[in-house]
Amino acid sequence: MCLAVPAKVIEIAPDGASGRVEVGGVVKPVSFALLDHVTLGDYVLIHVGFALSRIDPEEAKKTLALFAQMAEAAG
Amino acid sequence: MTTIDLTHGSGGRAMHRLIKDVFAQAFDNHILAQGNDQAAFDVAGGRMVMSTDGFVISPLFFPGGDIGSLAVHGTVNDVALAGAKPLYLSAGFIIEEGFPLSDLVTIAHSMARAAQEAGGWIITGDTKVVERGKGDGVFITTTGVGVVPPGLELSGDKIRPGDAILVSGTMGDHGVAVLSQREGLSFETQILSDCASLNHLIADMVAAVPTLRCLRDPTRGGLAATLNELAHQSGVGMAVQESAIPVRPEVAGACELLGLDPLNVANEGKLVAFCPPEDAERLLTVLRGHPLGKDAAIIGHALDDPRCFVRMETRMGGVRMIDWLSGEQLPRIC
Amino acid sequence: MKYVDEYRDGATAAKLARAIAALAQPERVYRLMEFCGGHTHAISRHGLTDLLPPNVEMIHGPGCPVCVLPIERLEAAIHLALSEGVILCSYGDMLRVPAAKGRSLLKARAEGADVRMVYSTTDALQVAQDNPERQVVFFAIGFETTTPPTAVALLHAKALGLKNFSVFCNHVLTPAAIQGILDGAQGERPLDGVIGPSHVSTIIGSQAYEPFAFKHALPVVIAGFEPLDVMQSILMLISQINAGRHEVENQYIRAVTRSGNAKAQALVAEVFELRPSFAWRGLGTVPWSALSIRDAFADLDAEKRFEVPAFTSQDNKACACADIIRGRKKPRDCKLFGTACTPDSPLGACMVSSEGACAAHWTFGRFRDGEAAQ
Repeated sequence: MCLAVPAKVIEIAPDGASGRVEVGGVVKPVSFALLDHVTLGDYVLIHVGFALSRIDPEEAKKTLALFAQMAEAAG
Repeated sequence: MTTIDLTHGSGGRAMHRLIKDVFAQAFDNHILAQGNDQAAFDVAGGRMVMSTDGFVISPLFFPGGDIGSLAVHGTVNDVALAGAKPLYLSAGFIIEEGFPLSDLVTIAHSMARAAQEAGGWIITGDTKVVERGKGDGVFITTTGVGVVPPGLELSGDKIRPGDAILVSGTMGDHGVAVLSQREGLSFETQILSDCASLNHLIADMVAAVPTLRCLRDPTRGGLAATLNELAHQSGVGMAVQESAIPVRPEVAGACELLGLDPLNVANEGKLVAFCPPEDAERLLTVLRGHPLGKDAAIIGHALDDPRCFVRMETRMGGVRMIDWLSGEQLPRIC
Repeated sequence: MKYVDEYRDGATAAKLARAIAALAQPERVYRLMEFCGGHTHAISRHGLTDLLPPNVEMIHGPGCPVCVLPIERLEAAIHLALSEGVILCSYGDMLRVPAAKGRSLLKARAEGADVRMVYSTTDALQVAQDNPERQVVFFAIGFETTTPPTAVALLHAKALGLKNFSVFCNHVLTPAAIQGILDGAQGERPLDGVIGPSHVSTIIGSQAYEPFAFKHALPVVIAGFEPLDVMQSILMLISQINAGRHEVENQYIRAVTRSGNAKAQALVAEVFELRPSFAWRGLGTVPWSALSIRDAFADLDAEKRFEVPAFTSQDNKACACADIIRGRKKPRDCKLFGTACTPDSPLGACMVSSEGACAAHWTFGRFRDGEAAQ
């Protein structure tokens, strides 16, 4: 639950604890206190100003492929 | 003198100087220059339209406009949405003691520019000053008058089942632009308020499609409020397609971040139009031919429904209602 | 928007709908609970119920922290704002929720209380730093997604040695709530499967659901937040139910792992401990279902810093929330729905926030009530 939105990391502060992310062209400051090893270009889930989790691009692709597969099976 | 103080509202020399140096200089027309307490003007025969609005927006300055341009465009639009040609405006100012003079000058010039774009003049006004803490910087009340061409009667109770519903462009720009300046939300965006006078666009629309039923601008409460108001006024239901409603990606992004629905977010330079279905394509062409209507779209149609519900077919292929918003829209965490 | 738009494709939704219809056995009824209020809102907002066959029923669970917050706790927050002269910082969701006698945080602000909406705990800390001579209280609500940000704020406040910041803690726990629903079932089998919350699960991991999936032989699928995620998860649940399996499956593989976010879990464990019981609105008292602040951080605990009188309140006797949360009733079965109880004047848990079952039905679905059955 809880509204969390996928956002792209566009800036990381030198201490790595905070930065800025972008959603559809809107930029927001965010805390990385809950995540380690965030890199520029990562997509993270943002909730109340904190990044909760990284979005794994490989797993994301797998999910989309699965949609297509399940959908095809239905005919 | 760099700030407004109580003498500027007390009717004496200071107030006279303020009106002359700030307002008369910015609004610059021969009626105002006469310097009377009222403005006298002739009106060509026809039905007159009058509209008034108070503007209390905070923050006063936002990307794409300020309280001044908002006040002018807002009242010009209220007059123009009846199909009327806006002619004259009045502007009343309630200014808080300590308000920076330079801000007042900026606002006055912004209003002058807006009035010029619309082709109307600000010909009379009033200035009051209230004690520090009793006002939010400045409040502006504008009243506008205009004349409706004979035979034109646009009204919110004229919509019939089957009528097409069109919007003149993207939804939610103004609200997002203003929210981006609010304390506690801190997001940066390139979104500008869409604040604009629609009277020239409306003149084109009325000329090309005389069968227009009504026009309204989706301001507070957004498109959702406007569709519901009109549904009840005309006693019809409505059905729209989510995929047809234009929304900028940045506005969609900001709304996702804050948990808002773009359908509930205010617009200040857009209109919703209703016309018989056979005239919809022609109306769309006229809209798209004008800079303020380039993103116009047909979004749905009115239908027979005594309970006056507004339905939307979602992108996913399901159907849900679009309801009035309860209370003020606040960002969600859940 | 990347990672959003692709998961809202209408054509794929139609195909998944056909897959669900093909898989759902016509002689069975599938009662599936989506726990999370965010999912309830997504299902309603996108009209997903229309894409499901009639024998697949979605039951809207209690996973909306605004909805299940006991009125007494809100009264306490209003009291702190009005009587203690604190700056009360709160997420937007709580501002309009009515307590007893029509009071609310927003109304308290109109009466002169300093109530400020914040988007993040970081903002609340900033308010405390900007106003050293005032006491600042952060009204903390939320499930496990929202708890780690509060933990970070408390740790930061301690490190800064802030003397004017405290937290009024109302964080609650998801597995305990699901347990509470299942335990309260009294012999009936309320659910055939659970759609697990997306973002709570990024923190607690899919392993957190394994104990009661096993104990109650109940399949659980952790679903992503987008409509196609929900559709696929329903398909996966039906598949498990048909095969008699009861496993925890993870559909939200792009964001959820089995163990969750270890760093966030550690921070929460450092700052919070379990309350032996907590009275949930609509759900009743549930043991070990909520968090309080540890002794090591007692000086940042608003309940210890301020005298908060005990409030008692009762929901309207005709309120059917307790049954609606458990799937025994639908919103339109409640006598108060749409008459005395609307989003503008909510009387029970299911109506106070846009994610509650009743609010979602009112806002998005009530046009169907009274229509002839399809």
